[in-house]
Amino acid sequence: MQALITAAALLALADPSAGPVPITSVAGTSFLTAVTIAPQQRVEMDAVTGDYLYWQFPAEAGQRPELAITVALPQAGDRSGPQSWNVEVFDGLRRRQACVGGEQSPVAAAAATEVVLGCRLRQVRSWAEPWDGDPLPGTYYVKLSSTELPEKDLGLPVKVRLALTAPTGDTGADQGELAAPLVAGNRPGKVLTTPAPAPSASSEQDTAISMDWLPDFSSRWVWTVTGGVIAAITGLVGFSWTRRRRA
Amino acid sequence: MIHKKLSIVAAIGLIAASAFLGTTPAHADEPRPEPPVVELVLDVSGSMKAADIGGETRMTVAKRAFDEVVDALPETTQLGIRVLGATYGGDDKKLGCKDTQQIVPVGPVNRVAAKNAIATLKPTGYTPIGLALREAAADLDGAGSARRIVLISDGEDTCTPPDPCTVARELAAAGTSLVVDTLGLTPDEKTRKQLVCISQATGGTYASAKSEEELTDRIKQLVGRAALPPPVTPAVVTGAKDCVTAPLLSAGVYTDRELIGEHRFYRVAVAEGDELRASVSIALDRPLNRDYGVLLKAATTDGRELVRGVDAGSGRADVLSTGLRWSGDAEPDLSARSDVCLIVSNSFASTTSAGAPGMPVELSIDLVAASDTPDAPGLGRGWLLLFVLAIAGLAAGVLAGWLTRWWVAKWGEN
Repeated sequence: MQALITAAALLALADPSAGPVPITSVAGTSFLTAVTIAPQQRVEMDAVTGDYLYWQFPAEAGQRPELAITVALPQAGDRSGPQSWNVEVFDGLRRRQACVGGEQSPVAAAAATEVVLGCRLRQVRSWAEPWDGDPLPGTYYVKLSSTELPEKDLGLPVKVRLALTAPTGDTGADQGELAAPLVAGNRPGKVLTTPAPAPSASSEQDTAISMDWLPDFSSRWVWTVTGGVIAAITGLVGFSWTRRRRA
Repeated sequence: MIHKKLSIVAAIGLIAASAFLGTTPAHADEPRPEPPVVELVLDVSGSMKAADIGGETRMTVAKRAFDEVVDALPETTQLGIRVLGATYGGDDKKLGCKDTQQIVPVGPVNRVAAKNAIATLKPTGYTPIGLALREAAADLDGAGSARRIVLISDGEDTCTPPDPCTVARELAAAGTSLVVDTLGLTPDEKTRKQLVCISQATGGTYASAKSEEELTDRIKQLVGRAALPPPVTPAVVTGAKDCVTAPLLSAGVYTDRELIGEHRFYRVAVAEGDELRASVSIALDRPLNRDYGVLLKAATTDGRELVRGVDAGSGRADVLSTGLRWSGDAEPDLSARSDVCLIVSNSFASTTSAGAPGMPVELSIDLVAASDTPDAPGLGRGWLLLFVLAIAGLAAGVLAGWLTRWWVAKWGEN
C-alpha cells in the first residue's frame, strides 16, 4: 500500500505531460560518467546495494531543483540489519550543496521494503562571491548511495526510482550575473613548460547596442511600476488638497 | 498547457545544449571516441561444479548467462573473455596457479566462436584471481582510454600471495584508468570480502548473483556501462612538494596519486580579469578509518592563502571532493598576471594500507572570465518602497499645489 502511494506521489511529481522526455534507466558510476537528466525527467533502474549512482542535471538562476527518490530494498529475508541511504548534491565544481528540504539520509529498518529520499536545493542564484558556496547556474551532480549497512548485505539487488523537478522561483532578490556557468570543462589537461599567452577574451567589442543594464523581468518591476503609479495618484491627491473647494 | 509544452521544449533544448556543449571540446582536440572495450574474466575453478543455483551447477548457469550476454552485445562493443582454473586439474599448486587463458581475444565479437569457446569450459582447477587480473589488464593494454574488466567468481583466490586486492590496486595505479567490476556467484563471506576489496581498489562495483536472471542482468548492465566511457581522459601529472617546483597546469582534467597525509602542489597562471575554478576528487580505494577530509587550497607562490575548498565525511564512500573559485579582481595587489598555487591535501588514515601507491586524485582546472560584483539594485520592491513613494508623491502634489496658488496670487488671474 505504501509503495502504491509513493508511486502515485512520484508520478504526480513527475508530471504526466512529461511523456516525450524518455525514462532513463542508466546511471553513471563517477562524476565524469554521470548520466545527464533533465527537469521533469524520471529515472527507473536496477542497481545493487553498495552502488554509487551518479546523475547530472543543468539548472538556471531562479530554479529550485528538487529530487524525489524511492529505493525498493532487497527482500527482508536476505538482509541482516538496517541500511543508511544518502542522496548528495554537488555543484559544477563538485562542492557539496545543502538540501533545505526532503529526507536526505534516511535509515531503513531491517524489515522495511523501501526507503524514500528527497532533496530540495536552495534557489539557484544568478551571482555569488567567489568565496561563497551558494548554488549557481551550471551543472549539478546527484549521488545516491547506501552509506552504512552490514557488510554481508552488499551487492543485493534494489530498484531505484528518481524524479527531478525544477520549479522556477522569483529572481528579483538577486543581482549580478555569473560570467560562465559552473560546468565541468571536460578536456584533457596539459602541463605547460612556459606560461601560455593569455587569451584576450575582452578585446572583442560589441558593436550592437547592449541591453545588459536592463534587469530581467521580476517582481521588482511590478513593485517599482506600482510605486510610480501610486506616487502619481497621491501627487494628484496632494495637489487637489491645495485647491479651494467650490461650494 | 502552453506552459507545459514550453517547459518540455526547454528541457529538450537544455539536454541538446548540454550534450552539444559537453562534447564539443572533446571532439575538437581528439579524433573519434574509441569503441567501448571490456573483458569478462570467468572463474572456472573446481568449485563451479557446486549445484546450488536452482538445482543446476554454477557453471551451467554461468555458461547460459554468457551465451545470452554475447547474443545481446551491441555491435560496437569490443569484448574479450578470459578464464581461470579451466585446464589444470592436478595437485601441483605451482602449475595450477598459472592456469589462465584468454579464450576470446579482445575485439569485435564473433558470436559463434565465442559461444563455442564458452561451451567447452569445464570446472577444473585452482583460482588464481590475481594472476588473471594482471593478464586481463595486459589483454586490454592500448585497447582504450578506459579499460573495464568484469570478474565473475564463486570463490576466493586459492593462490595468494599475491593478494588479488593488492594486485588490483597496483594495476589501477599503473597507467591509464582500469575499472574492475566484480560479480560473486552465491558468494561466501571470504569471497565477498575479497571481491568487494578488488572493486573498491579500482573504483568498480560489486554485486552478488543468486539466480541466472540476476547474473545475466548484471553482466549486461556492466557491459552497457563500458559503452558510456568518461567524456575525457585525464592527463597524468605529478604534483610537487612545494610551489616553486610545482608543475604549471593549463585548464583541463588531470589525474595524480596522493599518499595519506601528503600535500601536492600545482601551479596555474591566472591572468587579470580571469577567474580560476578548480575541483579535486580523491577516491577512497582502500579500507580507511571512519572519518576523513580533503582540503584544496589556493595560495600565492609565497604561501599566502587566498581561498580554500574543504569537505569531510565518514563511513562508506567512493570519492570525497571539493572545489573553489578565485578571481584576482578583489585583490588589487595580485590582479596583475600571477601564478596561483593549488595545494591538495587530505586527512585520511588507514591502519592496514597507508603505503604506496597513493590514492587516486582527479583535479580539474578551468579558467573563465571573472564575474563582476553587481551594482546596487536598480529596481525596488516591498511595501516600504510603495509607502515612501506614496508619501513622496503626496508631498510633491501639495508642494506643486501651493506653488501654483502662490504663482496665481502674485501674477494675477489664471
